[in-house]
Amino acid sequence: MSTATNKGRGSLMGGAPGGTPSAHTLLPSAEPVQLVDQDGQPTGDGRYPMPDGKRILGAYGRLVAGRRINDQANALVRQGRLAVYPSSHGQEACQVAAAVVLGGEDWLFPTYRDTVAVITRGVDPLEVLTLLRGDWHAGYDPYEHRVATQATPLATQLLHAVGVAHAAKLRGESTVVLAMCGDGATSEGDFHEALNFAAVFHVPVVFFIQNNEFAISVPLKNQSVAPSLAHKAIGYGMPGERVDGNDLAALLAVLGAAVDRARDGGGPSLVEAHTYRMQAHTNADDATRYRSAEDVERWVPRDPIVRMRSYLRALGLLTEEGERVLADEADAVAAAIRSGLNTEVDVNPAELFEYVYTEKTSQLREQAALLREELARDADAEAAGTDGSTGGDQR
Amino acid sequence: MTQTTLGAPAPGTAGSPGTGAGTAPRATTFAKALNAALADAMQADAAVLMFGEDVGTLGGVFRITDGLTARFGEERCFDTPLAEAGIMGMAVGMAMNGMKPVVEMQFDAFAYPAFEQVVSHVAKMPNRTKGKVRLPIVIRIPYAGGIGGVEHHCDSSEAYYAHTPGLTVLAPATVRDAYFMLREAIASPDPVVFLEPKKLYWSKEEVDLAELRRTFDDGQAPRRIGRAVVARPGTDATLISYGPSVPTALAAAAAAAEEGRSIEVIDLRSIVPFDDETVCASVRRTGRAVVVAEAPGFASVASEIVARVQERCFHSLAAPVLRVTGFDIPYPSPKLEHFYLPSVDRILDAVDALQWEDRP
Ligand SMILES: Cc1ncc(C[n+]2csc(CCOP(=O)(O)OP(=O)(O)O)c2C)c(N)n1
Repeated sequence: MSTATNKGRGSLMGGAPGGTPSAHTLLPSAEPVQLVDQDGQPTGDGRYPMPDGKRILGAYGRLVAGRRINDQANALVRQGRLAVYPSSHGQEACQVAAAVVLGGEDWLFPTYRDTVAVITRGVDPLEVLTLLRGDWHAGYDPYEHRVATQATPLATQLLHAVGVAHAAKLRGESTVVLAMCGDGATSEGDFHEALNFAAVFHVPVVFFIQNNEFAISVPLKNQSVAPSLAHKAIGYGMPGERVDGNDLAALLAVLGAAVDRARDGGGPSLVEAHTYRMQAHTNADDATRYRSAEDVERWVPRDPIVRMRSYLRALGLLTEEGERVLADEADAVAAAIRSGLNTEVDVNPAELFEYVYTEKTSQLREQAALLREELARDADAEAAGTDGSTGGDQR
Repeated sequence: MTQTTLGAPAPGTAGSPGTGAGTAPRATTFAKALNAALADAMQADAAVLMFGEDVGTLGGVFRITDGLTARFGEERCFDTPLAEAGIMGMAVGMAMNGMKPVVEMQFDAFAYPAFEQVVSHVAKMPNRTKGKVRLPIVIRIPYAGGIGGVEHHCDSSEAYYAHTPGLTVLAPATVRDAYFMLREAIASPDPVVFLEPKKLYWSKEEVDLAELRRTFDDGQAPRRIGRAVVARPGTDATLISYGPSVPTALAAAAAAAEEGRSIEVIDLRSIVPFDDETVCASVRRTGRAVVVAEAPGFASVASEIVARVQERCFHSLAAPVLRVTGFDIPYPSPKLEHFYLPSVDRILDAVDALQWEDRP
């Protein structure tokens, strides 16, 4: 492990730059920031201060809950309760840090994989899972916790994040926007446009890439040959930083510095977390086709929970009793998800036509009436004991 | 070179509107009306912002945003980096955070990089969130041909947008409508694709902009979104048109009148929502219809209109509903575009083909 001195100062630690930034202050360091190693030992990496123990402990509790949420959701897919679940197992430190570094006035822009981040931010898990359950597209009100809808079209949400930040800036609000994406998404044009717009308009956005090494089956080397994804930042004139994505302490420090910098008028920055997707892309994916069990095994010892647990236990901040409490809390979250998803939600077909235009067009009124009639006919047929859906053309 | 009788510009120019010599004192161009509508909307509501490529200092390549930066400041009317998806995606976020962005796509065919943002987010966000997120965005697109523009400057892209649920799609054809419809679009809580027929930018009407502003601000202007209008009454057949083709349809109706045929012209104004009522009332009265549109006809808005009219007015029809549209080819080069554009003659031929001998 190299020492603090030969790594220099974290590029996000500087205050608000004036004028054109110079290249060396924008480049990420050669090695990802790591504050706690995989054995739970502090690294002495002096580029960022170690976050306060209590703060880490609070986030650790969310980490434990995050893992339980991932496990529970995976189980619910197997039981057919969720249509699909893109797990963030192994990436929970990124998920938790992204949510907890933000204040109440800030906005989070997640992707489909960032369910744990959204829940950690305070959104009701059952509302979050509406999308993956198939009840509606987005189940929560984005304004309630300032969490945008989970985006499935890659990188598009990064531009929305810029827009929200730009509007906030024009309104004189101190809002910071943290926008998440994966390594694959950095190849999309919208990624480029979002970073460029954010830099040109100097808006308070933190772009947070979870580099988990794969975009479905495609490894990072097929996405980019840049020295790192964080190096892309310099092309836009914003600082980039690399961080160990399985080190909760480092994530809190680096993302926290990026948020502070944005809030202080320092403009946007790009943070790349090096992590790994321990499970398949979704339940529909066969990960054995593109990576070996040994590849995955190599990441097991770097587990974010195990590492942070050792660190906190050694400090005496986490006791056995404390662990039991956290485990119980995580169980409670999982139980609430399980029982919530065990009750079938009534989907209302009339709603299909409700949210297309503020006022239904005459065409939509006609189509809604058609569906109503169809359903009434089916109901009549059912009442009469005949199956309304068979017998060829109903008309 | 163009077939239209109204608003034919000097070919290939993108000059300042409203400076023609010898115009009547109150003659106002379509372009000027749009400019006034933007300025009035920005004056009336501080949440209204205008951004895009070259819309600031230059005032837009068609000068539609002329003077807005000077009047409202760079925060309200500003140039963006050259990136259409960026413009559109940023508009989504700004709208999410309380603004009413009006964006300019410089030309029809240059809006395509933004297509994903339009289709996946602008159109769907309110639906995805059950109406919790409204996106009152106006996407202004200088559109369609007839100006002698080179390739990728003359596309009729309305069908792409009209096919996308969630988008309101408007195409004004008169100076008054240009003003009122843009104000209405900006006031709409829903996203609007606002198609500005480029060849009409320099067409003129005797209107008093101050009067239009008063009428709109007092809530006296009749609603235009979703409402077609009878642009010329007639009894023998109906021409259904919108945007750049309306003047051509009117010219055809005038020519037909000289031959003794009374042709009604419907100006849709609003493609989505579609005004079935006005269109069908006219066709039921006349019993004959021709749809006139500049876009390629296959799988087009014109096709949709034909289908709707057949479905709803079948028993009133004395002849099949016909279409006069652009050919199913990429928009042609300037020297060839007059072969492509629906012309008065082509419309009159279609009217002649409406089985007049079978008239009951
Ligand atoms: C614009 C777009 N193209 C393709 C897809 C299909 N798709 C879904 S996830 C994915 C891989 C994304 O990889 P990455 O950005 O690294 O995120 P990760 O899944 O690893 O979190 C692809 C190709 C999509 N959702 N959006």
